[in-house]
Amino acid sequence: MSKANLLDRRQVVSTLLANRKDVVAIGGLGASTNDMCAAGDHARNFYLWGGMGGAAMIGLGLALAQPELPVLVITGDGEMLMGMGSLATIGLQKPSNLSIAVLDNEAYGETGGQTSHTSAAADLVAIARACGIQDSRAISTMAEVEAFAKAVHDVSAGPRFANVKINNASLERILPTRDGTYIVNRIRDDLGFQPI
Amino acid sequence: MHARSDAADTAPNWPDDIFATLQRFDVRQVPYVPDAGHSKLIQRVLGSSTMRGIPLTTEEEGVALLAGAWTGGQRGVLLMQSSGVGNCINMLSLIPILRFPFLTLVTMRGEWGEFNPWQVPMGSTTQGVFELSGVQVLRASNAAEVPAVLEAAAAQAYNALTPTAVLLSQRLIGAKVFTK
Repeated sequence: MSKANLLDRRQVVSTLLANRKDVVAIGGLGASTNDMCAAGDHARNFYLWGGMGGAAMIGLGLALAQPELPVLVITGDGEMLMGMGSLATIGLQKPSNLSIAVLDNEAYGETGGQTSHTSAAADLVAIARACGIQDSRAISTMAEVEAFAKAVHDVSAGPRFANVKINNASLERILPTRDGTYIVNRIRDDLGFQPI
Repeated sequence: MHARSDAADTAPNWPDDIFATLQRFDVRQVPYVPDAGHSKLIQRVLGSSTMRGIPLTTEEEGVALLAGAWTGGQRGVLLMQSSGVGNCINMLSLIPILRFPFLTLVTMRGEWGEFNPWQVPMGSTTQGVFELSGVQVLRASNAAEVPAVLEAAAAQAYNALTPTAVLLSQRLIGAKVFTK
């Protein structure tokens, strides 16, 4: 990957979450979930360590259950490709409070950097738009990231999708909690739900 | 053996029993991949003011959706046919890890007078796949037992967080008839 001016993933994610207020954020399996933790642990962070391909659907379930809350899925190109059908499902439901940001390094960074389909052929921005997500953006500058971060808080104008081209630097792993029950119950508690 | 009766005037009543139970348990999100055996229930869900029917492109989307729904405070149920169970396997790992209430209603193919051999491999392993994945299996084989089975399944899924699948047998639904 020799393209110039690709964005730094940690800077992108910390900008997306900088003024997060009541946002619930879901991090897809892989480096995205680590990036979310690196930006600062939070009671409304949903870290995925498995279930590859499921991040956007977890976001949809949450967004439909809490239509007044901004829900932001932050995932990678490989994870999004595996759950590509969920873009059609989301395009049909049109949850106005759901945003998806894909950190696209065109590679499977966790497994040795093998190139992904987005490196040569697959255009996730076009796919999302063709699935009915009209606000679908190709992002290559931090100014565009900042604009998207602001848009996430408008819960009446989604769903929205952004594909952010990032560099494929391998960064120090900042590992969030791996306890799924804790993660879910911490969010539920923050939203005011009692344990069963 | 009886044939499927898809016409409205001959449609069976057990889907109404299922709908009533789901309503009583405050189920709000109903992801589904369509199946003829679920068609009446899907119609009821899509006509409901409290439930949201959510068509999926593949069944494992529904498992992840239910995890998100629960995190946001809502219960759901996944409707699919037996061939879709295989599509779900890896995503079923979310259930013990995240510990959310999981209920799925599965219309069976590949058993009881099946005509299509292609349905048999997955239909005959559906129960085993669920059990290996930590999902308890209940079965309804005739219309009379549907209300009690659904009641038990919903109670243990939502009250005790016991992952539960109800297999609606082909004997109940009626074997699909192909005519040339």
